[in-house]
Parts: sequence; C-alpha cells; structure tokens
Amino acid sequence: MAEPIRPGNALDEQIHLTAVDEFLAWGKEHSLFYLLFATACCGIELMQAGGPRYDVDRLGMIPRATPRQADLMIVAGTITHKMASRVRTLWEQMSEPRWVVSMGSCANSGGPFSKWSYSVLNGVDKYIPVDVYIPGCPPRPEALIDGVMALRERVRRYRTSGERDATPYLVAGGDCAFGGHPGKDDGSGGEPKR
Amino acid sequence: MNDAAITARIQAVFPDVQPATTPNAQPRLCVPAATLPALARFLLDQPDLAFTSLMDLTGYDLAKYPSTPPSDAIRVVYLLHSLCHLHKLALWVDAPRASPVVPSVAGIWPAAIYFEREVFDLLGVRFDGHPSLHRILCPDDWIGHPLRKDYVYPAEYLGVAHLREGQHFESGPVRG
Repeated sequence: MAEPIRPGNALDEQIHLTAVDEFLAWGKEHSLFYLLFATACCGIELMQAGGPRYDVDRLGMIPRATPRQADLMIVAGTITHKMASRVRTLWEQMSEPRWVVSMGSCANSGGPFSKWSYSVLNGVDKYIPVDVYIPGCPPRPEALIDGVMALRERVRRYRTSGERDATPYLVAGGDCAFGGHPGKDDGSGGEPKR
Repeated sequence: MNDAAITARIQAVFPDVQPATTPNAQPRLCVPAATLPALARFLLDQPDLAFTSLMDLTGYDLAKYPSTPPSDAIRVVYLLHSLCHLHKLALWVDAPRASPVVPSVAGIWPAAIYFEREVFDLLGVRFDGHPSLHRILCPDDWIGHPLRKDYVYPAEYLGVAHLREGQHFESGPVRG
C-alpha cells in the first residue's frame, strides 16, 4: 500500500513559489461564495446541494445573505417580469468579478411557463449575463455541481489571463420534461416533450 | 344551524337573496350587489349566524362558461365560516363585465383587503369603499386583467419580448 504524500519537515517541502495572480486565482476558485437566492422549486435542489449529502461547502461554496459579499448568483427558479428588476438590482449590488449560474428550465428559458404564462420572464439572460446554464426541472445537485466545477475553471482562467469566456457553458443532459435549454437547436423552442 | 335553516334565516330578512340552483352540499346564495353590505353585516353580527371568518374571496369570469342562459358577468365568491358554530356559507355576487362594481366588505372582514386587491388585479372588479384598491400581484403598470377570458397576452413587457428568439408554438394564447 502506497504511503500518502505528506509535506515533510524539510524547508523546500514547506514553501511553494508561485505568482501572486495564480495564488489569488487559486483562492478565488476555491471560495465561490454564492448569494442565497431562490425563487421557486429549484431552490429546494439548491438546498439539497448545500445539505450533508452533496455538501457544496467542501468546494468552498458558502451561502451569503447579502449580494455585497457574494461572488456568484445562482438563479434558482422561475423569474417573473415583476421579479426581474429585483434580480437585476441584486446582480448590480454584487462586486466584480461576479458570476451567474442559471439553474433550471425556468431561469434558462421560461420552462413550462414559456407558452401560456403572461407573467413569467422567458430566460433570466434577458436581464443579466449568464455564465453557466444548467438544464433540468429541477436539475439534480450533480448537475449543479457540474456547472459549478465548469465555472471554477472559468474563474481560474479569468484570474490568470484577465479575460472572461464570452460563450456560456451548457451543462450536458437536458433530459428533463420541459426542454427549455437555450443551447438546444431541435426547434422545440422549449415545448414540453410528450 | 344546518344549511336549510341558514338559508331560511337569511331569506326571512333579505327576500332578494336566492339559493343557487347548482346542486352542492354547501349552500350558495346569489346576492344582488346592492344587498351585500347589509347582508355581510347581518351575517357577522347575528349571534346564531356569527360568520366571523372570511375564508376566501375570489372570482371568475363567466364569459364562455357553459351555463344556460349564457351569462355576461364576473362572479365574486365569498366563502364564510363560523368559528363558534362551525357552519359554512358561500355567497355569489355577479357584476356585469362591462363595468364590474361590487361594494367592499373590507370594513366588515379586514381579511378582504388583500383578497379584494387580488380580484381587482386579476379580474378588474372595482370594490366600492376599499381603503386602498391597487394591484397586488402584477406590476403597477401592467395593462389588462389576466384572468378575464378575453385577455390579450402582451407581446412584450418593458422591452423584453415574451417569446425567445426563434421560439414558436403551433397553438397558444393570443398575443397583442
């Protein structure tokens, strides 16, 4: 059985040399504080992801009650037209660099409400820029964690290169009842699969 | 009191109140709008009736409703409950769709303040005597009353279109 590698007592094993930017990027990547913000049932899956079974705390993700302390906004749930201006305000209150994850079909494209609802916004990206889309109705915590891992890559690249990825990341899957994936090009337009 | 006794007790004082013809275990009384304030006060104050709780106040549009003869009204529904006698009562008040006006019962049951705002917001019924009748669910600058049968869905709100780019539906609501 192989011995686990542990830092020894020798000085060169205790000290690591790196660039400041890379050190900051490492820190930012491992401490994505997210805004505690849920508007519908996706919030239940978000809570589940924060619970003991999936435990996103181990990724350094700690919920914050105020946008001023948050790096990441997980839009978990249906956004109505009335709510959209509040979402925009919360996003504006976050300090740069700020990141947005659109969680679930409703936040992606209006989901099951896109056809018959008069009050639901068809996609939160109409109001704020989105970095990661997660399909599902609601997405499983695994899908959320997949999106977060992809976002962490982007956070590290941003801190080291200073450039944001322009194209949003789409979590694979989309095997949900209400289509609604903005990257889906099958002409369903978010129409429920029957 | 049982349902028949409640109906008889009310009709003795308010002869223009008629039981609804719809068969149902719960009595439903059709009330003219003008009679409503006096009837509501009566239902609350009489010790043998004592309808102290307004459980719900809602409404629906009777246009396109399969009734004979066809009705052109918006029906406001009051669901009452007596917490001491444990009996229930439902009232129907019909208001014409062109200009639906119903007297407010907010001064009798304060729970009606929010309920009447909701019915005003979604159906456009104006409640005379309500302390602050404005929208409660839709934004203040919303146009139209969404639960009306002839409601035209907005094509956009604040410059944001209701359908995504390239989105199409073979059926769906009329969008203005």
